[in-house]
Amino acid sequence: MAKVFIYPATSLILSDLVARFGHTPLSAAQSIREHIQTAGLESPPLQISPEDPKKGLKYAAVEVPSGVRGRMSLYGPMIEDADAGIIIHDADFAFGCMGCARTNELIIFLVKKRNIPVLELNYPKNDEEGAEFVAAIRDFLVGLGREK
Amino acid sequence: MTTPVRIAQLSCGPEYSGVQKEIDEAAKAVDAEIFYPDISLADIKRDFNAFGLDVRSPDLKLAIARAKALVEGRVEADAVFIATCFRCAEAAIVRNELRRYIHENSKLPVVSYSFTERTTAGTLLTRMEALTTIARRRALLARETQVGLTLGLDSGSSTTKAVVMRDNKIIGTGWLPTTDVLESANAVIQLALDMAGVKREELQAVGTTGYGRFLVGEKIKADLIQEELTVNSKGAVFLADCQHGPSTVIDIGGMDNKAISVQDGIPGTFTMGGICAGASGRFLEMTAKRLGVDITELGPLALRGMSAQVAMNSYCIVFGTQSLVNALAAGSSKEDVAAAACHSVAEQVFEQQLQEVDIREPVIMVGGTSLIKGLVFAMGELLQTEIVVPPYSQYIGAVGSALLSSGFIMEK
Repeated sequence: MAKVFIYPATSLILSDLVARFGHTPLSAAQSIREHIQTAGLESPPLQISPEDPKKGLKYAAVEVPSGVRGRMSLYGPMIEDADAGIIIHDADFAFGCMGCARTNELIIFLVKKRNIPVLELNYPKNDEEGAEFVAAIRDFLVGLGREK
Repeated sequence: MTTPVRIAQLSCGPEYSGVQKEIDEAAKAVDAEIFYPDISLADIKRDFNAFGLDVRSPDLKLAIARAKALVEGRVEADAVFIATCFRCAEAAIVRNELRRYIHENSKLPVVSYSFTERTTAGTLLTRMEALTTIARRRALLARETQVGLTLGLDSGSSTTKAVVMRDNKIIGTGWLPTTDVLESANAVIQLALDMAGVKREELQAVGTTGYGRFLVGEKIKADLIQEELTVNSKGAVFLADCQHGPSTVIDIGGMDNKAISVQDGIPGTFTMGGICAGASGRFLEMTAKRLGVDITELGPLALRGMSAQVAMNSYCIVFGTQSLVNALAAGSSKEDVAAAACHSVAEQVFEQQLQEVDIREPVIMVGGTSLIKGLVFAMGELLQTEIVVPPYSQYIGAVGSALLSSGFIMEK
């Protein structure tokens, strides 16, 4: 079974789809849960401390805004760990929303740079496209299982 | 217990920069609470489209929608704090436009700030305090006349100033460089009292402001301990005799600079800070020292020089000093170097801070640096306006404190 990085990483629907086909979704929920459950640190709401943007320096230089580097400290390691990726472009806020456009550009670039299997789709605008959308994700995830 | 001031936060990135806790702590320290205006998904889409600034980042879209909800009264707040990542161009545009939008369309005091992961609660404290003061003490800030016998003390980073006022007139002043905070305070208080010919126990109320306001204020049992943003604004419009209508107050201090957009004596938007000491009074002090003149001579010297004759980039005080030394070594005149130093400081304040507030005339320069005529001239040239430097401009914080503290006389 493959570890699949999802974009938007906050999408519960996408995360659920990946899990349903027996793969491990790499998503924001997982990474933020790890942060929140870390004992001895008090930096609400996400338990991200000023040290995290420094960890993000591995993915973005110091002149890049701290919010981008803080986000990359969460998503960067997941991208490195991923066996595959699913990228949904122009998703509706309700589907999954990632706050910073600059981080999003960097995430998509880094996922593609990994040379792992990546499925890129546009967010569906009607029922017909919705059915095709789910089918494409299903085929991709089933295919990943076969490759493994 | 007073009701906490509710500060609405419009932001992108602080929780991922690890500084949300610092923002919350700064607010808590001044008995305020930060909250996010609650809006629906449909509101975000509608309000973002209606605002018309087509940004890409969803958190900025959310901030825009929240700002509209505040302005339209769908969410109630006492003040607004706008915070985005330092060095993000997209966020800087939104921050600026939201600040302007809120300022023009509501009475909510607003401050904007660009943070890094190094931002601390201490850095934000004065800004939060000013926001809560404006929200909580609007009646006090509306005071236009000083009554009775009061003393105001401004414990600044470079100098400590005191003023004694009686029946709306300044009757005593004291000024000394700040060394030991308490000793300097006591010394200037005595100077001001001696000049006024009154005894300490005759004072009916006392106010403190500036960096040492808490320490000194508690020691001398001040009636009013208040940050310098609101106090200086009040002092400035009082001394410049423009208590009604709009004005802009610029205070280039020894450690930081303040630019405040004022309406009827009350700050609407303000910025505080300065990237480097190169944009502060300290740099002018160093320039005077290197030129071998007293700081009081620097201004007139600069007025006789041409700033364009000397290339000076003092974004950093070290490099600025280097430019200064190089210029002198290359044969530049003292006058030109003094003018270039003044222009450099004015230009940095103009570029870094005055872009963050709406400049509305009259522009009033206050603080010790307002006595440096070359700096005032350079600022006037950059802003293309005549700058007002009121009498006693170096005592602005002390005057504001003396004026506002007189509001406590009736309470006693």
